[in-house]
Amino acid sequence: MAHHKNEHDAVTDEVTRLNERAVRDAEDHGPARDNRRRVGQVDESDRVRIQDDDEGHGQRGGNRTLIGLGLGLATAGAAAFFFARAKAEDQGRGGPKISDAPDHVLRGQALKNSRNQEDGRALVGRTVTVGKPASELYQVWRSFERFPEFMDNVREIRKLDDKRSEWLIEAPGGATVKVLTRIVEEVPGKTIAWVSEPDSQIETEGRVEFADAPPGRGTYVRLLIRYTPPAGTLGRMVAKVMQREPQVQARRDLRRFKQLMETGEVPVNASPSARKSESPTEARI
Amino acid sequence: MKALTWHGRHDVRVERVPDPEIVNPRDAILKVTSTAICGSDLHLYDGYIPTLRAGDVLGHEFMGEVVEVGSKSTLKKGQRVVVPFTIACGDCFFCKKTQFSACDNGNPAETSDASETMMGHPMGAAFGYAHLTGGYAGGQSEYVRVPFSDVGPIVIPDGMDDDKVLFLSDILPTGWMAAENADIEEGDTVAVWGCGPVGLFAIQSAFKLGAHRVIAIDHYPRRLALAKQMGADILDYREVEVLEALKEMTGGIGPDAVIDCVGMESHGMAIDNIADTVKAHLYLGTERPHALRQAIIACRKGGRVSMPGVYGGFADKFPLGQFMEKGLTLKTGQTHVQRYTKKLLGLIQEGEIDTTFMISHREPLSRAAELYQKWHDEQDTYTKIVLKPGMDQTASTSATTRVAEPA
Repeated sequence: MAHHKNEHDAVTDEVTRLNERAVRDAEDHGPARDNRRRVGQVDESDRVRIQDDDEGHGQRGGNRTLIGLGLGLATAGAAAFFFARAKAEDQGRGGPKISDAPDHVLRGQALKNSRNQEDGRALVGRTVTVGKPASELYQVWRSFERFPEFMDNVREIRKLDDKRSEWLIEAPGGATVKVLTRIVEEVPGKTIAWVSEPDSQIETEGRVEFADAPPGRGTYVRLLIRYTPPAGTLGRMVAKVMQREPQVQARRDLRRFKQLMETGEVPVNASPSARKSESPTEARI
Repeated sequence: MKALTWHGRHDVRVERVPDPEIVNPRDAILKVTSTAICGSDLHLYDGYIPTLRAGDVLGHEFMGEVVEVGSKSTLKKGQRVVVPFTIACGDCFFCKKTQFSACDNGNPAETSDASETMMGHPMGAAFGYAHLTGGYAGGQSEYVRVPFSDVGPIVIPDGMDDDKVLFLSDILPTGWMAAENADIEEGDTVAVWGCGPVGLFAIQSAFKLGAHRVIAIDHYPRRLALAKQMGADILDYREVEVLEALKEMTGGIGPDAVIDCVGMESHGMAIDNIADTVKAHLYLGTERPHALRQAIIACRKGGRVSMPGVYGGFADKFPLGQFMEKGLTLKTGQTHVQRYTKKLLGLIQEGEIDTTFMISHREPLSRAAELYQKWHDEQDTYTKIVLKPGMDQTASTSATTRVAEPA
């Protein structure tokens, strides 16, 4: 108990000290007012005091306005300066890019230049390291049928022939959308690229690349996805959901792919809670 | 089943929740026999850790009996195991480097985004903590699901008391890693801030790792007495100027290594700490790193700073220049529990490490809510609480009488 008391005492001391200082500060303004009151009429002291107070406020108010104006101008000036600098930085040097980084991390003018070459479509991408050989990962990806195990919104994949498959994608409200995809590029152990067929409800284009990580670390797996505005109401809805955060989708799908490949399962936090709406066997966020 | 659930700041309850079930092949289900309340549970209790949700089951220090196993678990029904608080897969880049608390796979994809945004990388997973770290239910409950049960849990030989091995789940390895991170050399004086359970184990571990002298700093007499019992010299910061004391006691050089076993909620009325407390309550900041600041100022030139204390975000008034000019080294991180369990179990079996001296209370799970408050409000009396879900309400024992009075 004694310790608690000490703490309180220390706080009280500090508060008292601050209060005393505040009182001293207030008193510093006091004398001028008092002098004036002395030369004024004593019997009308109340009225005089009110007048004086008004005057004091007016003066301080004027100072405050000036100070406020000055601060505002200074802030606006600084902001304008820094925004201009930031914008200039975004513009870049112009000309071809020189950075050794993939296109999905571009910014500013370099991003605009890149999009102009790609019909304005957004490119999202994500790279993860998976501790398995590229050939093994390539095999799993090439078969397509295991996508529902790690792709959150893909319910089912039906293989039509060696190059073409039909994807059932979950749409808001429990509906599903069909997407027909065709493999347009494959380099065993390195690359698989696919595009949606013209009559699909969503137009999408994806590409997965496998590259050897530094020795002993497995494979860098990079997923790149390009979306274009879709046709139809349902398509628009799905695209809205998927396009809002395609980056998040790519990130989570790839993370689950890594988890499945490395551990043999997709970790899930399904467990008991006191929330009535939850089941101990279902994932929760 | 019964479980301790979190509902908000200073609001935890023991209530009925569904039983856990096997979800993945590597899972196991335990019947919890002992579970402790950790100092870092207080950060949750005080609302210092974001992304906890009302209804979450807490508890990351627990052990129990295996009652169910998934098809790929290597455990067997009936085995007694202690479970590391860090959920690690054993397969990823980090686990292979034995950096288990950095495991890249334990945290589900859905809960990884927030910590990736906050920290730059998704954090590892833990039981009964925030959804930043996976959102897995904890072990302050009658049953618990243990993912990757073939990697984390350590099987306890028959005949060893729960109390002797329970702390392998967190605080013993945490204290040990704290001392290891201090890179102790012959003749070293090590200063330890905070004589809670982790601090006390850090003191014991520092001696085991060759420290010449350990100086412990706190303000609770009983906790300081426990530190003394472990062989440390003690400083009550309400009594002495800590910086001057440390300098005087080390011939002007300063401690060779400093260990911050306090973390984000420093006590004390130092002016920087008052400002930090106000900011934390206004949600303008998360950290109150007063102890760490003091430790850095105290540390000798070229010395080592070990930081097992938990922090959650951005800190200000960090003595960066002092850190640079003195050429200090900082080592920190959530404990790689799985790296240490086997070795430490061996040391317990050999009687080299005392793990029960700090337990002040053994109580039934049903009293957990009330005990959180005691753990928070009466830290001098409650030095470590162990909950026993199987214990009848009337059979609770208090060991306070066994703790020596301050010297």
